[in-house]
Amino acid sequence: MFVPCDRGGGSAASDFKGFTLLMPAVSVGNVGQLAIDLVISTLDMTKVGYFYTDCLVPMVGNNPYATAEENSTELSINAEVYSLPSKKLVVLQIRSPFIKNKYRPFCEALLSWVKGSRCARVVVLSSSHAYQRDDEQLLGTPLRYLLTPDLEKAVGGLMQELNWKEMEKVAAYPGISDTDKVLHIPGGGITKLLFTESCSKGIQMAVLLKFCSEGDNIPDAFVLVNYLNEWLQLVKSEVNSSSQWKIPSSWRLLFGNGLPPALF
Amino acid sequence: MATFFGEVVVAPSRAGLDEEEEEREETPEDREIRRELEKKREIDVLWSGMAQEPFVCSRFVVAIGRNAAAFLSSFILDSVCWEVVGVVKLWNEWCRTSSTTNVLPTDSFCLFYRLISDPTVLLCQCSCYVAEDQQYQWLEKVFGSMQKEGLQVTILSTCPVADYKTQESTLTLASPFLKALKTKEFQEQVCCPLLEQPNIVRDLPAAVLSYCQVWQIPAVLYQCYTDVIKLDTVTIEAFKPLLSSKTLKSLVKDASESTKMLKKFLTATESHSNIYI
Repeated sequence: MFVPCDRGGGSAASDFKGFTLLMPAVSVGNVGQLAIDLVISTLDMTKVGYFYTDCLVPMVGNNPYATAEENSTELSINAEVYSLPSKKLVVLQIRSPFIKNKYRPFCEALLSWVKGSRCARVVVLSSSHAYQRDDEQLLGTPLRYLLTPDLEKAVGGLMQELNWKEMEKVAAYPGISDTDKVLHIPGGGITKLLFTESCSKGIQMAVLLKFCSEGDNIPDAFVLVNYLNEWLQLVKSEVNSSSQWKIPSSWRLLFGNGLPPALF
Repeated sequence: MATFFGEVVVAPSRAGLDEEEEEREETPEDREIRRELEKKREIDVLWSGMAQEPFVCSRFVVAIGRNAAAFLSSFILDSVCWEVVGVVKLWNEWCRTSSTTNVLPTDSFCLFYRLISDPTVLLCQCSCYVAEDQQYQWLEKVFGSMQKEGLQVTILSTCPVADYKTQESTLTLASPFLKALKTKEFQEQVCCPLLEQPNIVRDLPAAVLSYCQVWQIPAVLYQCYTDVIKLDTVTIEAFKPLLSSKTLKSLVKDASESTKMLKKFLTATESHSNIYI
């Protein structure tokens, strides 16, 4: 459930009417979550609440977007909501994996919050296993999009103009030529569940994903967030495509501590 | 992802998701098994001697893990000023607790004590492992029984120093050492430096602190980074700076009692660590 930071704000604090909700799927390489970190950090978004749930593994730490001594001691938990009213943008960041058997309850809770808070549309940033691409997908762009029918009506044309590639459906039984084609997002976490539920509930949802593998996924995050920017225009596009995004201070030491001097 | 022998190995994902399980439809048998397992993993919080529920609580000190629990046993708890008022019964793959209150420091248990002279002061020693699917239940059942107005929470916990992220190597750090995290509402002085980015805290200590942050309860977590996994007097004594804090200052027992208790822990661990009869 959504719990606002500021109780005094009343119902206004939880009303995101007409806003775009941007959120990650916990997926291969954690690319969606890294991309969301870049958005929150660059746009200097304000935390407006928590998504209190029993579906995610608990974790706490100090402000991951700290820029100075003064703002470095604010506590952060595993699922938090940030907002930027000037761009009608609200962002949910998820920082830990799901607890077993809790994917479906989380999707239900999330989509019911989306409806209740009157968000205009939801954009999910996600990723999929690069090694599961077929021959055609190995060529060309590793970026894909999906739109629910309700959002297709609104922005389908824009995707054509941007020359974006829709996520292909695959045969339900590979190797057998005349079976039904189904949507398959391996490594995408709850992406497929969120998308299919949104289709049936009439929610305007877009999924933006990148094919990738586990490793140093920072470059993947930059590619995905620039892809998002082509559409939402959150920051001015620069020639050097990574300079307009601010890396948060919590991205330090991603691959371990310094080396012990006794090693050499 | 082919190895030298040519077999394809799937790289584990940091996203931590096994998607294949989710895709499969749940049969009635699966559902029945899952329900039975959920029932077995339900935790019970049994209170005794509480006049009303939700009861009034002004200070709640939670010690999670053997060393933190032993710190409370050595420096705060005794059988004269404190009485047992609650116990948690749970089962998971790592441990099982019972409703007995007669426990050894090396047992797995979760007990609640109340200060007889001020029944609004509550202590909890939780040396059992509370699994990730049980942590939310623990929070709701424990905090659900107490009134939140005027409540302040202190959490003590330990974790391996190898988990501490720092520019230098952890080999050069002087462990054990304390680091703190506090909620927005906590205004008092903390007894040690705050935990720096990008370090995080997990498990039950994180669950308790998250709960307090979301529901605006003043709370502080003291995490002791140590390189000893068992019960260890050096790690226990690393919590000593907390004895001068506003919360614990008035609860500290006699110094000679503490020394006796620590000596007991030393012998308890020695006999258990000898694998030769």
